[in-house]
Amino acid sequence: MNQQAWAAAEAAARASYGRLLAYLAARSGDLAGAEDALAEAFAAALASWPTQGVPERPEAWLLTAARRRLGHGARHHRVRAAAAAPLAMLAEAASAREAPGIPDERLALLFVCAHPAIEPAMHTPLMLQVVLGLDAQRVGAAFLVAPAAMGQRLVRAKAKIRDAGIRFAVPEPEHLAERLAPVLEAIYAAFGTGWEGAASGGGGLADEAVWLARLTAALLPEEPEALGLLALLLHCRARQAARRQAGGFVPLSEQDTRLWSAPMIAEAEAVLLRASALGRMGRFQLEAAIQSAHAARARGLAVDWAGIATLYGALLALAPTLGARVAHAAAVGEAAGAADGLRLLEAIEGASAYQPWWAVRAHLLARLGRAGAGAAYAEAARLSGDPAVRGFLAGRAKRLLLL
Amino acid sequence: MQYAMLFFIHPDDAARRRDPAQAAAYTGTWMAYVAAIREAGAFVDGNGLLPAETASVVRMRDGRRQVQDGPYAETKEELGGYVILDVPDLDAALDWAAQCPALPKGAVEVRPTMPRPAVTASAAA
Repeated sequence: MNQQAWAAAEAAARASYGRLLAYLAARSGDLAGAEDALAEAFAAALASWPTQGVPERPEAWLLTAARRRLGHGARHHRVRAAAAAPLAMLAEAASAREAPGIPDERLALLFVCAHPAIEPAMHTPLMLQVVLGLDAQRVGAAFLVAPAAMGQRLVRAKAKIRDAGIRFAVPEPEHLAERLAPVLEAIYAAFGTGWEGAASGGGGLADEAVWLARLTAALLPEEPEALGLLALLLHCRARQAARRQAGGFVPLSEQDTRLWSAPMIAEAEAVLLRASALGRMGRFQLEAAIQSAHAARARGLAVDWAGIATLYGALLALAPTLGARVAHAAAVGEAAGAADGLRLLEAIEGASAYQPWWAVRAHLLARLGRAGAGAAYAEAARLSGDPAVRGFLAGRAKRLLLL
Repeated sequence: MQYAMLFFIHPDDAARRRDPAQAAAYTGTWMAYVAAIREAGAFVDGNGLLPAETASVVRMRDGRRQVQDGPYAETKEELGGYVILDVPDLDAALDWAAQCPALPKGAVEVRPTMPRPAVTASAAA
């Protein structure tokens, strides 16, 4: 087989996955059935395109083939595994080029995946599978769930979508904000697996999350929080290469900014600017603004800790999560002084098993030259699930305890 | 699609219904609610249920029927009634549920009704 033709066929097919699935499922209301039909169409394409040549309009070809198979009704061919998991992430440009005629309904698909009637823990896995075409194995690996169990949970979630009559549609304007929040949360959660996964060498999904955030922002350009999420993820992703040195964890303040991705930071800043021009503040915009303040270091500027403390204060007013409270205390510790930060930190209840609380406490105690910093670092190390972070914290503990 | 809305009534609302001084006002909100559903053409069927203390539960034990006093599920909220809706999709059903007088204190469970099995020609004959 001509490898080049095969690769071209595969790339063209993959680029279309999410669009075609959205289109088919929106009409049948049956995600699983549409997936099966599309998988068969892909298998047919991969068999015939390399010899017959890639058709003029690959998407239309795949759509026709998939519809023919949908028409055949309940066939139980499981060909998904045979055709390698299609990744819509490849060559989005190619899909845009050949798109005319097939409306892009992926936004509806995103809203279906994060519908409040679906168990929240399944929002992200569903999205990764139906919008990006990842298989249960890959999704399971990212969530530390056995592939078979993840496969079953995905099947159940899709059955619920079909049987409960969840419509493939973008919510009415009055529900949009409330329905968008779980979509953005799900994408953020996918990024989280990438963050931890990248740390432990596992199958992280950070790139997939950025792709989904980009898609959502492109489809909802007037929604500032969709833009805010994209800006946040780009800022974090831009630092990927600087977060580890020789396998060791490097805290943000000590990262070599030359290793940060300048294009990603520039894109993040531009997106955040567009978001703020829309004039509706929200959680993800605030978090992106905080990361933007840290990014000033790449331009040789000092980090504006007072500004960051203010942003965390605003974030707390919206969502007083444990993480935000600890980060706020840390920022105040830098801006106003370690003693003020420590006072805020000690007022937080229910943080005794929260690693960042101990790490910030250790840092502030050390800066004040007070006892207990080493022990606090040791406790933080004990609570850390990431070996590199644990090693870093344990190293600090050791240094202080030996003094 | 048809959906059953099952209304779970908070004890405070159940008490209002039992209180002669408040019963009329309480029932009035429900009548207005059901009238709105009818007006929209979404009403298929529905009923209120008498309070939970009127409930009996039947089980089969060792081949003999066993009857007990009380509702099946001893929860804080009690099942107070149901409406069968005919609407295009789940979101439309959820929109109706969100307007229900059982809220904000109680809850509404929304479930698709089981599609009736198709009657075959031979069975119909």
